[in-house]
Amino acid sequence: MDLEVIRSYIPLFAKAFFLTLRIGWIGIALAILIGMLSAFVLYFRIPMLSGFIKFYIELFRNTPLLIQLFFIYFGLPAIGLSISAEVCGAVALGLLGGSYMAESFRSGLEAVPYIQTESAMALGMSKGRLFISVILPQAISISVPAIVANIIFLLKETSVFSAISLMDLMFTAKDLIGLYYDTTESLFLLVIFYVIMLLPVSFAGSFLEKKMRYSMFGD
Amino acid sequence: MGIEVIFKGKNLIRLLEGLGIAMKISMISVAISIVLGIILGMLMTMKKPAVNAVLRAYLEIVRIMPQMVLLFIVFFGITKMTGINLSAETASLIVFSFWGTAEMADLVRGSLISIPAIQYESSMALGLSGFQTYVYVIIPQIIRRLIPLSINLITRMIKTTSLIMMIGIVEVLKVGQQIIEANRKTSPKAAFGVFAVIFLLYYLVCGPISALSKMLEKRWEN
Amino acid sequence: MEEILKIEGLSKSFDDLTVLEDINLTVAKGEVVVIVGPSGCGKSTLLRCINGLESIEEGKVLLDGETVNPTTGNIRKLRERIGMVFQSYDLFPHMTILDNIMLAPLKVQKRDKAEVKKEAEELLARVGLSSKKDNYPRQLSGGQKQRVAIVRALIMNPEVLLFDEVTAALDPEMVREVLDVILDLASQDRTMIIVTHEMAFAKAIADRVVLLDAGTIVEQSDPISFFESPKTERAKKFLSTFEYSKQ
Repeated sequence: MDLEVIRSYIPLFAKAFFLTLRIGWIGIALAILIGMLSAFVLYFRIPMLSGFIKFYIELFRNTPLLIQLFFIYFGLPAIGLSISAEVCGAVALGLLGGSYMAESFRSGLEAVPYIQTESAMALGMSKGRLFISVILPQAISISVPAIVANIIFLLKETSVFSAISLMDLMFTAKDLIGLYYDTTESLFLLVIFYVIMLLPVSFAGSFLEKKMRYSMFGD
Repeated sequence: MGIEVIFKGKNLIRLLEGLGIAMKISMISVAISIVLGIILGMLMTMKKPAVNAVLRAYLEIVRIMPQMVLLFIVFFGITKMTGINLSAETASLIVFSFWGTAEMADLVRGSLISIPAIQYESSMALGLSGFQTYVYVIIPQIIRRLIPLSINLITRMIKTTSLIMMIGIVEVLKVGQQIIEANRKTSPKAAFGVFAVIFLLYYLVCGPISALSKMLEKRWEN
Repeated sequence: MEEILKIEGLSKSFDDLTVLEDINLTVAKGEVVVIVGPSGCGKSTLLRCINGLESIEEGKVLLDGETVNPTTGNIRKLRERIGMVFQSYDLFPHMTILDNIMLAPLKVQKRDKAEVKKEAEELLARVGLSSKKDNYPRQLSGGQKQRVAIVRALIMNPEVLLFDEVTAALDPEMVREVLDVILDLASQDRTMIIVTHEMAFAKAIADRVVLLDAGTIVEQSDPISFFESPKTERAKKFLSTFEYSKQ
């Protein structure tokens, strides 16, 4: 491994890293939003919308991100709906992630025991108040481990962005390997930057999970 | 809408053949992953600190490294470092088995530790031998937990193998691109139709498998 | 009276914590011994030692003169002769009720299937669960599950039956149906050692009541003397926790 080469590549990878990170986190934010709204629709069994959301979740959970990206980035423009690669990356990640987040939030909501609803009603709370201050906080804390797992999954999925020519980490690595044949150095930096991106989330996940278990079961 | 391209000549058959290649690689990887995963999962419950440390590191690597990165490391890195020229198929089989084995091991470990101690104790109290306890009481329960999860692993494997086009294997997405390219002049909207069909094809393969996994999970939950 | 079980100087500790200390107890054939005591006094551990589920460091447990020792080869033979019913959740969830009951007689005792099935059905009828034989445990209530667990232990025709707080995890209305089954067994002269928190039941079924506290036997006597004129301060204090009065 040539340290000089590594040093000269760092700025390129750093740039790609921030691009990946930016699109990744926008996509994740979108995923959380879509997931939460979808979970509400399912939890409250909103007619019509429920069926649609179920279909959406099924469709996006059972297809790879790569085809979702291709469909949005190459397929939609063919019928006149053009969007930039960056927006496409974030939207596709948001839609994929939304289908996973929806399942996590929904099972969190359903895991809150019914007695919580009843005891809040017994205290004279309105239905809206009850949902926001009693059910939702508990549901979210129950969902945390699943949400963190989803976030890790989505950050890993960003590695396919290069397929729609986004200059992300994979793209940069592939490019440098192709141009200069510095395979070892490029792969080394690729791994390092993904570790920087994912290790903190992984640790935060383990930490949160332990903390949650403590607050719920005192153990 | 560009869907007519699919029914031109052998295009649909070519797409399905492409899907078949992705499926073949998934199935072989799943088979390897299940066998190795069961062995590693059992090793992880044996509480040997050294073995555990190694396996935990392995699981953590798989947990945070995108499969795409692993694919690049094996496909480009190994060739560069050792001079061995791996075919793209071999590289993907190695990577997906490496990934799947970790996933499977974690599932096996989870299922093993989820069997309550009382199940072992009440078997012993009935006079069953250790072997009989495993054969009649523990393993059937573990299998019931594992089958739905393993089926789920199959769908994830199929979805993940879509990545092999990135190292040049001609599978369904690549065939799709070729079809779009070949018909650029006559059907400019082919990109929409072809990718919509591939989208649907994946759903038609993975949807029923996921549904089966969910159904079995429901049926066998205690 | 012919003695069937003898516990001599049994001590047991987990790490630094002494759970049982110098327990001596003899149980005669057909006798019903009820063990009571506060939570954590070592009652369950004592039962588990009798069945060889816990290793024994000091002292001896003898079944009909044979030492119970989980590390030796004959432990399975001994366990066949000692039936045990646990607090809960010990039915095998993946098997039907009938399969749960028939597993051990078929696989351990290698008895004839038709004969085992007939006996299983008779026993199920006796505890009022004939209609549930093809159901799975999850389809049964807690009380029904415990009655099945009793049948599962009974079909092995054990010489001693151990009950470890079998009603502790049950809803109050289900306690009765399980205790009735055990009372029925007592009327058949079965040898039983019962750990329970149900004092009225203890009084009704016991030939002898043993009070265990902090790992030692504090008092043992016939149920009438134990409940009506306890000798030790500890026993009086223990029994007073079951009484209520308006201050």
